[in-house]
Amino acid sequence: MKIRSLLSLSLTLLTGQTFAQTKENLFYSNGKIYVVVAVISIIFTGIVTYLILLDRRLKRTEKELRDKFDKKGSKD
Amino acid sequence: MLFINPNNLLFLDETVRNLNFHVPMWFTMISLLFISCINSILYLRTNKIKYDIIASRSAEVAVLFGLMGLATGSFWARFSWGDWWTDDYKLNGAAIGELMYLAYLILRNSVEDPGKRARLSSVYSIMAFPLFLVFAWILPKMAANSMHPGSGDTVGFNQYPLNNNLRMTFYPAVLGWILMGWWITSLQIRNKYITLKLESDED
Repeated sequence: MKIRSLLSLSLTLLTGQTFAQTKENLFYSNGKIYVVVAVISIIFTGIVTYLILLDRRLKRTEKELRDKFDKKGSKD
Repeated sequence: MLFINPNNLLFLDETVRNLNFHVPMWFTMISLLFISCINSILYLRTNKIKYDIIASRSAEVAVLFGLMGLATGSFWARFSWGDWWTDDYKLNGAAIGELMYLAYLILRNSVEDPGKRARLSSVYSIMAFPLFLVFAWILPKMAANSMHPGSGDTVGFNQYPLNNNLRMTFYPAVLGWILMGWWITSLQIRNKYITLKLESDED
């Protein structure tokens, strides 16, 4: 119930005019410094997302390595 | 260093600091694509799979940096030109270049045989690199008008009456981002080497 109300609240905020207005004002305020903040956030998100994907590939490699050593161990 | 104030240029205002983030994205992308192109040539000359691995991984990370370049550029454009995307040679050229290398990744995934995949994608990469430079750099520079700095009739940032504070952070930023890109690429390459070694041991 709580989650649903939170969801609906965030949806109204996302689509609502008031939120759009404040967002605009925020990015134009203080010499548009928040545009720089947003740009850095975009890059941070991009790199972190890619590193998570890389981490998943590494996990697969690790699993292969583990399986290999397990097989080897049973033979000896 | 953090408190040095660069010139706040006209309507750019404080967003001139994006110079340290948006622009090096493209420098990194071009460097990685250059590495990809060189290694593709080396692959075709030597037929060593090592070069194909380096070429493909650097192209993949280059696509990531290109996407971040497009996204940051679009955001910057929204609050300095007033629109997310404008019909500009620079913007469209960069988008075409990005799509070309997305096609490269798709092409690689669609070929099963490793030797064939390496040959095919090497040829593609060698042809795509000059085209990328033409679309994203040379054509916009030759265009009659463009809003983007450094292309068409708009001068680059090095032509603005800057004080040198911006340069003091810009050049290290470029170097740092390029090293960051290469580091991520090298992680991918090393992972692929281990996988290949495992596969060859099984045979």
